[in-house]
Amino acid sequence: MGAKVYLSPLPARRDQDRSASRTLFLLTLLPPALVLVILIALAARAWPILGEHTLWELLAGTVWKPLQGLFGFWPFIAGTVWVTVAAVALAVPPCLLTAIYLSEYARQSIRAIMKPLLDLLAAIPSVVYGVWGMVAIVPWVEHSLVPFFRRWLGFLPFFVSANPTGFSVLAGGIVLAVMIAPFIIAVTYEVMATVPEGLRQASLALGATRWQTVKSAVLPQTLPGILAGIVLGSSRALGETMAVLMVVGNVAQVPGSVFDAAYPLPALIANNYGEMMSIPMYDAALMGAALILLAIVLVFNVASTLVLRRIMGRVRRAW
Amino acid sequence: MKRHWHKRHIEEAILKGLMLVSFLVVAGALVLILGTVLVKGLPALNWQMVTQTPKGGYYLGKEGGILNAILGSLYLAGGGTLLALIFSLPIALYLETYASKSSWGRYVRLSLDVLWGIPSIVYGAFGFTLMLSLGLRASLLGGIIALALLELPIMTRAMDEVIRLMPADLEQAALALGSTRLETAVHVVTRQMLPGILTAILLAFGRGIGDAASVLFTAGYTDRIPTSLMRPVASLPLAVFFQLGTPFPEVQQRAYASALILTVIVLAISLGSRWVAARMGKYTVK
Repeated sequence: MGAKVYLSPLPARRDQDRSASRTLFLLTLLPPALVLVILIALAARAWPILGEHTLWELLAGTVWKPLQGLFGFWPFIAGTVWVTVAAVALAVPPCLLTAIYLSEYARQSIRAIMKPLLDLLAAIPSVVYGVWGMVAIVPWVEHSLVPFFRRWLGFLPFFVSANPTGFSVLAGGIVLAVMIAPFIIAVTYEVMATVPEGLRQASLALGATRWQTVKSAVLPQTLPGILAGIVLGSSRALGETMAVLMVVGNVAQVPGSVFDAAYPLPALIANNYGEMMSIPMYDAALMGAALILLAIVLVFNVASTLVLRRIMGRVRRAW
Repeated sequence: MKRHWHKRHIEEAILKGLMLVSFLVVAGALVLILGTVLVKGLPALNWQMVTQTPKGGYYLGKEGGILNAILGSLYLAGGGTLLALIFSLPIALYLETYASKSSWGRYVRLSLDVLWGIPSIVYGAFGFTLMLSLGLRASLLGGIIALALLELPIMTRAMDEVIRLMPADLEQAALALGSTRLETAVHVVTRQMLPGILTAILLAFGRGIGDAASVLFTAGYTDRIPTSLMRPVASLPLAVFFQLGTPFPEVQQRAYASALILTVIVLAISLGSRWVAARMGKYTVK
């Protein structure tokens, strides 16, 4: 231990403590300030475009021709929504079942394996997910899923498409579903751990099966928390860039089917940053896209964090 | 004894089966991803890839390697992690020792959680606007700043969660002996929680080195190894992305090899942080 410190007289040490407290307090201003600064900086960059178009024209416009000054965001917003909904729809059922299994059924040894496994899934970089998507998922969608649906389920809406490739909403959704799975499983598991053991034992003692206990005692209590976890997962999916960009096809259209190509907002920003300074208003439009993305993610995050905090007292962010 | 199969038992069996299938699907996805990267990347991997920078015509399939991207990524993530550490350790210590129950602490944590959720492409766009207003070009410095912003909330919250697990007795003992809160934080808390703090640093480093969207705008790309903070710098994720985007199969092969290198680095960091936690945990007070 640094004995030097203990030799200095108490008033000096107390002053040191106070000034450290003040300095550190100033540092804690940084995170809240950063949220505001990012919002304001993007809004300021995007502002000029509102002088030329109304907000409605921008959000509902379907034509994207920067060279002619036409910036309709609707195809990109729709693309983001399609891909995110596909990912969440694919991820939620297996993730909930896995979390229930881990929390209610699995032996300690299986739980111990699952934690590092989820950590690894969360650690894999998004560009590697993208490579996996291009090499494995896109061809699978193209050669197996599309012919299958065309042959047997062609009558279903949202599943018919003229897209000849596998680069599609569904490919993006599958890759994203795997990417957000660790988040949804971890949050659901943690929320279920807050249910008192006595409640389960009471239910089991009444003769209920494990699943009946889950269905009627555990799930009703944890539903808000699970929903918050799903919202948290979908906000991850909304903002994911590289992996999605590599597999969704990037065609500026409003998708009508899960086999259509899409062009989500993050992909739009990433693909066009290069020429954005050379075309008037282009940079304002792309920063506007980032702002739209940020606004949605902020709402999702604040809402789900507050819900989780109510349930768990404090949100653990260790994944 | 004869078992009576009620509806609820059948339901139990079906659900249990579905759960096992789901569990296997999730675990199988990891195996599939790692397997794909390994099978595709291993044949294309050679010594030249990791020891040379791209030579002329590299992106047409000629001589060279991706040393520029490997080193570039280490510089970027190393710098970003260091910059984030300067801010995150003091903030985490403050949150636990000075503001553990205050409402200000709750606001700071909420804003950190919100920052954690902001997509990396938004950090990239913000970093880009920041650089425009400062008159900076795409450079190592720009990339480091963007990655530090991305890593700050991850590192701070991870440290915060670790420091929270500090045994209360230990802190109270230090305070009871007459040390100030600052002395307790510096001499007791950081030492006791060192393994956890290192884990948090490694977690943030791993996120930083794998992130592409934030450095896309801010760090640029170059075939050279940067010699100054103001030069553009290559990174592994972007090396994967750009090589995959070329129409030449030989170059695409190298993209797979680059993805394998990146995956190995990231997994080594993830496993390494487990090892650090287990190994160094022996020297802390239980």
